Amino acid sequence: MGLRTLRGTVAVAGAGESTYYKRGRSPDPEFVMCCDSIINACTDAGLDPREIDGFSAYADERSDPTRLAAALGVNGLRYANMVFGGGGAMGSAAVANAAMAIATGMAETVVVYRSLAQGQFRRFGAGAQTPTISGPAALTAPYGLTSAAQQFALRVMRLFHERGVSPSTQKALALASYHHAQQNPRAVMYGRPLGPDDYDNSRWIAEPFHLFDCCMENDCAAAIVLVSAERAKDLRHAPRPCYLLGAAAGNGFREGTTVHNGEPYASAGFTTLVPRLYEMTGVTPSDIDVVQGYVNFTGGVVMGLVEHGLCSYDDVNEACTFENLIAPSGRMPFNTSGGNLAECYVHGLELQLEAVRQVWGESCNQVPEAKVSLVFSGPMVAPTSDCIYGSEETL
Amino acid sequence: MSAAAGQFHLPDGLPRPVPSPDGLDAPYWEGTLAHELRVQRCGPCGTWQWGPEWICHRCHSRDRTFQAVAPTGIVYSWTRVWHPAHPAVTHAVPYIVLVVELPQADGVRVVGNLMPGADGPLAETAAVPIGSPVSAVFEDHPASEALGAPPFTLVHWRL
Repeated sequence: MGLRTLRGTVAVAGAGESTYYKRGRSPDPEFVMCCDSIINACTDAGLDPREIDGFSAYADERSDPTRLAAALGVNGLRYANMVFGGGGAMGSAAVANAAMAIATGMAETVVVYRSLAQGQFRRFGAGAQTPTISGPAALTAPYGLTSAAQQFALRVMRLFHERGVSPSTQKALALASYHHAQQNPRAVMYGRPLGPDDYDNSRWIAEPFHLFDCCMENDCAAAIVLVSAERAKDLRHAPRPCYLLGAAAGNGFREGTTVHNGEPYASAGFTTLVPRLYEMTGVTPSDIDVVQGYVNFTGGVVMGLVEHGLCSYDDVNEACTFENLIAPSGRMPFNTSGGNLAECYVHGLELQLEAVRQVWGESCNQVPEAKVSLVFSGPMVAPTSDCIYGSEETL
Repeated sequence: MSAAAGQFHLPDGLPRPVPSPDGLDAPYWEGTLAHELRVQRCGPCGTWQWGPEWICHRCHSRDRTFQAVAPTGIVYSWTRVWHPAHPAVTHAVPYIVLVVELPQADGVRVVGNLMPGADGPLAETAAVPIGSPVSAVFEDHPASEALGAPPFTLVHWRL
């Protein structure tokens, strides 16, 4: 039996998105934006959308693969998969599931996608609004703990207490995200720079989160198309292919326990994933050229950077600075298209597109000669997931 | 439907807790009505766990008990909520939510609000000292005829 790994077996053939809008501004329904993003990804790949034979989704995606296949005129549907749990934290797991389908011969051309028009459906930031509530949420919501920002604020406050992390790390992540978005015409915050004083003067949402520590709410869709490494040699990105080096998903012992009882508490949830990710990919933290991290709230990303070994709690206050986080000059370029804070909140799928574009050399904030590109999906969530892409030289 | 202003620490209108239809957490809510703080403990192996589960995660016994514990704890984490994500609290911000550790139950954690102390509420710029001892304050809410929902009791905390 050969080595059981995804390493280098699958390549990203194309990436595409809908127009990105502020919440409530899209003239198009969510499903139409979804079709747009998939067609754009196929155009980028040099593929006919009818050749798609698999769909991989996460986060209770509403755009159903059977409906998409019919709408796109897909010749034949062979694989339709959605991940349980984790919300946006399972974006990298959806990439892994697509790659698994291709690596095992279950499908040939698989789209990983997310469509999310919060203006047409529920606003994530509003949280629980029902008159009565049962189950684990009944032990938190009646105390006014109803939104994601409030829930995650409790974890980050504990982090600051336990580890001596400075709130300046959160500010640096927000400023770097906005800085990168100013070079990205797709970004919702393009042309809307954020300065240090703007951040400091922004209102509290739930301490220790200011407004700019919290992700946006948008109307949007994004997609990437995966094919086998062999097939990618015949497609448009063949001159500089981007391979999936590996992925990990899940959580550790009882990390998914309810009512704030998961351990470790002040954690992004990657401690049990990272050894598996680095084992499959053969990558070490010092190999990583560029990082895309899911900002639900900035403090969780600080944990994620440490848990991936990119810095430690001894030096995180010095490592997680604006100068270090920006491309092309920083040592740890972060969210180089703007990410959830400033490009668009596509539930983290926009991070996959940007990670791939860095390897292709097509980023709006290109890191010179980027070869190894890390994505970690939603921190402070159980389960969560992460993945690494690499160029031809990394195989 | 609204209670008299000031009757409760946070205004009426937040999601109202109702015991799970499957009965899983009924003994917890019965306990709070009696001003007891109960958390789960396995009968055979003594393992504590929270939130409620149907079986013991350690020995898989279904013989779970909801054991009353001393209504005291230690501040494990906190946030001061400024943005009223729920319309019921539009005029009630800021308020403080605590995660409280229960050392007498092997460190399981519960969530509640921080009530004003004997010296009044904490200053709006003050941090809540993590590690401080707190004691429970039981807040009784009457049944709601409009919602067909039973009475319930919340467990708040005071430094």
